[in-house]
Amino acid sequence: MQYRSTSYTVFQIFNFVLIGVLSLLCILPLLHIFAVSLSSRDAATANIVNFWPVGFTLAAYEQTIGNQNFLRALMIGFQRTILGTVVSMGIITMAAYSLSKSNLKFRGRNMYAWFFVFMMLFNGGLIPTYLVVTKTGIYDSIWALVIPSAVNVWNMILMLNFFRNLPSELEDAALIDGAGHFTTLFRIFIPISMPAIATMTLFTMVFHWNSWFDGIIYLTSMEDYPLASFLHTVVVKENFNEVGVDLENLQEISNRTVKSSQIFIGALPILLVYPFLQRYFVKGIVLGSVKE
Amino acid sequence: MTMAATDSSTALRPTPQKRKPIKGRWLSYVRKTWPLHVLLLPALIIALIYNYTPMFGIIIAFMDYEPWLGVNESPWVGWEHFEYLFSYPDAKQVIWNTIIIASLKIVMQMFVPVVFALLLNEVRLTWYKRTAQTLVYLPHFLSWVVLGGIFVDILSIRGGIVNRFLGQFGIEPIFFLADGDWFRITVILSDIWKDFGFSAIIFLAAIAGINPALYEAASIDGANRWKQVLHITIPAILPIFIVVVTLSLGRVLDAGFDQIFNLYNPLVYDKGDIIDTFVYRVGLQGAQFSFATAVGLFKSIIGFILIVISYRMAYKWAGYRIF
Repeated sequence: MQYRSTSYTVFQIFNFVLIGVLSLLCILPLLHIFAVSLSSRDAATANIVNFWPVGFTLAAYEQTIGNQNFLRALMIGFQRTILGTVVSMGIITMAAYSLSKSNLKFRGRNMYAWFFVFMMLFNGGLIPTYLVVTKTGIYDSIWALVIPSAVNVWNMILMLNFFRNLPSELEDAALIDGAGHFTTLFRIFIPISMPAIATMTLFTMVFHWNSWFDGIIYLTSMEDYPLASFLHTVVVKENFNEVGVDLENLQEISNRTVKSSQIFIGALPILLVYPFLQRYFVKGIVLGSVKE
Repeated sequence: MTMAATDSSTALRPTPQKRKPIKGRWLSYVRKTWPLHVLLLPALIIALIYNYTPMFGIIIAFMDYEPWLGVNESPWVGWEHFEYLFSYPDAKQVIWNTIIIASLKIVMQMFVPVVFALLLNEVRLTWYKRTAQTLVYLPHFLSWVVLGGIFVDILSIRGGIVNRFLGQFGIEPIFFLADGDWFRITVILSDIWKDFGFSAIIFLAAIAGINPALYEAASIDGANRWKQVLHITIPAILPIFIVVVTLSLGRVLDAGFDQIFNLYNPLVYDKGDIIDTFVYRVGLQGAQFSFATAVGLFKSIIGFILIVISYRMAYKWAGYRIF
């Protein structure tokens, strides 16, 4: 083999180490927070925790789970994720089916397509969007987190590209057998596109779970915040007293371990779906969108 | 063509193809395609209300909008807010911050992922490669709320793990998030940290698509591994590299609202405040709706021009089309 030269071996060793260090760098911050969340208050305040818990205790998690406000935010986070994903995927799938037709079969298709693509190029900006949301009756409800972001043009394009690459014989056969567009979509296109739909569903779920800003601007009470918005306010902005952690317990458990446990719980759903996500995104999304 | 409408006596006779009257064509168009329009309807309605109405809402940038007066009653002021924007020193600083942070991010995103993909491709141990991929893609999926919480903790001046680590080399604790210059560096490095792995996927996919016969032929001709990378791998990923680079030019005014909003504090406003955070503070917290809209509109228009140019370039140079 050509690979056996000394310089190449030296490079291989160097490269091996470099890749290892880079990979570790990506996971160590999360690992550190996890270790802090499982450490005793004393160890956390003394700054001796690295990547392994010191004085192992679950007290921070007990505190977090016992916190009604945190639990409520967690539940709202799940609600928002499920509702938002269902609404968005439904709307996008239906629209993508129509847009996957050629302009010959469906005159007006190009006009519709440009209508949506233009939204990727230009937007009214934060303030006008905010004012429209406040005026349309969804302000201060969970729908304000679900509806305005429902039409994700990028997902729509991925989906329509996927539909367009399905064999056209399938659709022709269905039409000859007397199926209309609704039947073709729901009985043929959606069932055979399940892998693509599953991928996009996972991505949409991650998007909703991670969204925090809309909660902060469209909801007036912190009691209605989904977890991401809650964490932003509690952990990042440090309004610790507002959220009803009782002060006596604060003596026992340092802010830092409780915060760390909240951050970790915020990341946990992502870590749980990540293996499924990873299996799909390499071939599903990338190869689907870059076609020659 | 509908058979029911044809008279049975003339159906048997071959008739010259007649164009249907306009009304008939319209009817048959509607009959054939109405389900397609219906399927588009929900997306259309939502887009009209929440994406297009705000586009028209930008007219309040030319008014003194007051919520209790509404769009119809608020007085027009013309270009006043824009004149104010360009004479107001804070606003200039904010635009400059945005451009410098975003451009440095773009430069990093241009080179780190492609270099990483090339290096990763040289790793021969499959399990090692897989594990590395699993770890480096992960931060992309975590939100800046979670990462903001993590970074505030690990970069803390009082015993944050990063400063403790640097302390072992005798480095004095660094105010990563409280000193303007360090804040910019932190923002740029943490941005590339979060996304270099995920951005490398597109290059790894391109590398995986290279025909192995090319390498075999090169190796028979006596090319060593370095020569093979130089003359096979790099030319093969060049088109997609050009696409990525040109498309990134459209983001010169996107410095990353989510990230900065979760990391910044009043101490670093002078060097870390960007257009989007400025619009939020002035517009929603300060209730100066019209001025903030004007700032946002300035950004949207420049962004629009840049995106259109970058898409045209990507199409011209690499044949890239979004759909």
